[in-house]
Amino acid sequence: MKTLYTWVAIVAVTLASVIGDVLLSRAMKQVGDVHDLWRRRGLWTVVGRVLGNPGFFLGVAAMAVAFFSLLFALSWGDVSLVAPAAASLTFIGNAFAARIFLHEKVDRRRWIAAVLVAGGVALLAR
Amino acid sequence: MTFRKYLVLAGVTVFAAAGDSMLSHGMKQAGHISLSHLQDVILAVTNPWVAAGILLLLAFFASYMNALSWADLTYVLPATSLGYVLLALIARFVLHEEVSPLRWIGIALISGGVGFVAGGPALTSHHGEAAEEAEVASRGAKP
Repeated sequence: MKTLYTWVAIVAVTLASVIGDVLLSRAMKQVGDVHDLWRRRGLWTVVGRVLGNPGFFLGVAAMAVAFFSLLFALSWGDVSLVAPAAASLTFIGNAFAARIFLHEKVDRRRWIAAVLVAGGVALLAR
Repeated sequence: MTFRKYLVLAGVTVFAAAGDSMLSHGMKQAGHISLSHLQDVILAVTNPWVAAGILLLLAFFASYMNALSWADLTYVLPATSLGYVLLALIARFVLHEEVSPLRWIGIALISGGVGFVAGGPALTSHHGEAAEEAEVASRGAKP
């Protein structure tokens, strides 16, 4: 039962951080290249546009959910399972989500990168 | 990719790794925090390592948002995963911890993944996206 809880929490961490990453990435694309914007309109325009974007706050909220789910996952399962499993699954989940929701061109090169990094993180974090 | 953009990616990597290490170090000094004594979390912030860790993680978040403003998510994430490698190297050479062969393989895999993604374009060109069109229009002509 504890194993089931742990995996449910790991999946929750993964889903929340994928949702957070996608929302934040979309928000920042809407804001536009921060450096260009800063140079042309000044820092306050950048701050205003970021803070004026509802997606940004939803993204931060999703990240907070991911953080607290991680705390729960850690209280049920070993850190040597939870941390690498959640990090690896997030890399793979992000590759799918970025392709579907952000319409990023996830070519073979990026798939290989995502799989290698996910595998590497799984090995490294035990 | 300009030098400034590589600098931002390096910032994401270094701030995350350094922030996590400091936070971890500080929280071990602060001691065990149980769910029934959540107010201890607030006290933990007064630990200088924890405070410095939080500042660095804020810097990480700012550079991460900066990177996402001009690069794809599937580019930024693998490109900045070198932080994991950095943490392992710090553990080995600064903290003199044992790094197992399995971990060295992990380091090799991540470095390989970073190499793969770094060779490709940073941003998918989207045509017809409202924000980008407005940017292009305001700038005159940029593809």
